[in-house]
Amino acid sequence: MMMNEASKKQATDLKPGTQITGKWHGKRYLIKKKLGAGAIGAVYLSEAGGQPAALKISEKGTSMTVEVNVLKSLGKVQGNRLGPYLLDVDDWVSPSGEAYSFYVMEYLQGKSLASFLQSRGSEWTGVFMLQLLEDLEKLHQSGWVFGDLKTDNLLVVDAPPRLRWVDVGGTTKIGRAIKEYTEFYDRGYWGMGSRKAEPSYDLFAFVMVFLHVSHGKRFEKGVNPERTLFKKLDEAKTLVPYREPLKKALQGRYHSSLIMKQEIAAAINHTRSRRTARQNKHKSPVLLEMGGISALGAVYYLISLLF
Amino acid sequence: MRKGTLKQILLLTDGCSNKGEDPALAAAVAYEQGIAVNVIGILEDEQTEQPEGLKEVEDIALSGGGVSQLVYPEVLSQTVQMVTKQAMTQTLQGFVNKELKQILGSEGSMEELEPEKRGEIMEAVEDMGETCDLEVLVLVDTSASMSNKLPTVKEALIDLSISLNARIGRNRFSIYSFPGKRKDIQKVLDWSPKLDDISSVFPKLTSGGITPTGPAIREAMYQFGKKSLLRSLRNDDERGIEETGY
Ligand SMILES: Nc1ncnc2c1ncn2[C@@H]1O[C@H](COP(=O)(O)OP(=O)(O)O)[C@@H](O)[C@H]1O
Repeated sequence: MMMNEASKKQATDLKPGTQITGKWHGKRYLIKKKLGAGAIGAVYLSEAGGQPAALKISEKGTSMTVEVNVLKSLGKVQGNRLGPYLLDVDDWVSPSGEAYSFYVMEYLQGKSLASFLQSRGSEWTGVFMLQLLEDLEKLHQSGWVFGDLKTDNLLVVDAPPRLRWVDVGGTTKIGRAIKEYTEFYDRGYWGMGSRKAEPSYDLFAFVMVFLHVSHGKRFEKGVNPERTLFKKLDEAKTLVPYREPLKKALQGRYHSSLIMKQEIAAAINHTRSRRTARQNKHKSPVLLEMGGISALGAVYYLISLLF
Repeated sequence: MRKGTLKQILLLTDGCSNKGEDPALAAAVAYEQGIAVNVIGILEDEQTEQPEGLKEVEDIALSGGGVSQLVYPEVLSQTVQMVTKQAMTQTLQGFVNKELKQILGSEGSMEELEPEKRGEIMEAVEDMGETCDLEVLVLVDTSASMSNKLPTVKEALIDLSISLNARIGRNRFSIYSFPGKRKDIQKVLDWSPKLDDISSVFPKLTSGGITPTGPAIREAMYQFGKKSLLRSLRNDDERGIEETGY
């Protein structure tokens, strides 16, 4: 994305086997392999005391500090792990004398949302929507907005399948200007609203995540961005049951994730009862299966109401 | 914490200057007056490697205490707002580092602090960035080769205003193009809080053959409030941040 970044020397090429020792806390980490690299730094799978952990390292100390602050605040949100759990924050001076900042967090092993839905079936869509809305509700309740919500920042960890956030770099206090965003998911880019951090900002990006996944790719905004969005929503087969709530979210008509979650859950239940009705007439195994999965969604919803 | 106004020149160009004073020198002078100079070098779509002339882009930003970036037109919008925000953080951090030196002696800088303390300071820097007032003078190179990029530039500036107007602090924008008809720069839009109404002014930009980047930066510097300019001349200590005068 940013051109001259490639020309600058970066901490993105640590060899497996490199030992990183923290300057302040003295903990040692063994680099195993690179998990990914982004605008700010690189993330490695590392090991400390036999335990795996994800280690993010960068020469951009300032940006790293901002991310750590967010992870710390999220860690304070009670009873929930929004984003990876933060384990250590430190500096490292390489053998050649360069200074880096790094932080260590819980290693989330999982699949991308798209590949999970591909292998296990798009019927899981509704469940993930509910999970994501539940987490967003908790985040918003604690005064934050995710900001850079996008497909790349989500991971499905397994057993039981749970959608988790990996990159919280865009997380912004409610009422401020969104810190970091990606155009495709940004309502400002689509002319559908401001870049002020408010719950409806995340809910717009939420829809874009599922539009992205169901179309398999991002799309251009065209001459009439709003019309493009609605057209893409209507064309998305896997999103048919949730069309109405998703449309409302695109228009910024939800001011809380909770309300949206209730309406998505209702949509899931509605599909289920329609299917059960039809099922009684001609017992098709496919419909049976789909009904079962919607039921899973309903059960999930009921459980979430209990807590 | 005292509320202040950050001042930035945002230069959008696609090549190197060919007339008048050294633009890096002009940028250095602006920086001494408390105005950071950011530069965005716009590449041609076919350009695969960085052309020689665009090294100037980095030099100007270095002397001007700002941020520089080379981009293709497609990603201009996101880059413009990112560069502007990064430059704000950079200026504020420079200011904080200076204060730290006063407290901790000459060794004091962010990097010398343990991560926990650093976190607290960055939080303060972020707060300042969100609440301070901001003045951005956009300086658009309208030499012949830029003409096909101007629609994209316009989009990017409207987008910049969307980003910055989501902040709590106030903004003022103005747009100048260079070379001007008879002068070094030409006023396109006078200081105003928003940029959404620039659609009408942009098509009027005419292209010229020369690129007097240095004189343009020098002239742009004088378009910031004269009062505050004098203030910062007298008050050397307040580079980049000062109390609001209006
Ligand atoms: N805690 C983690 N566990 C597993 N993988 C991770 C974790 N954090 C990041 N990653 C991987 O590293 C990649 C890049 O990290 P990210 O934080 O997105 O970098 P940036 O913010 O610089 O873009 C991510 O896309 C993800 O695949």
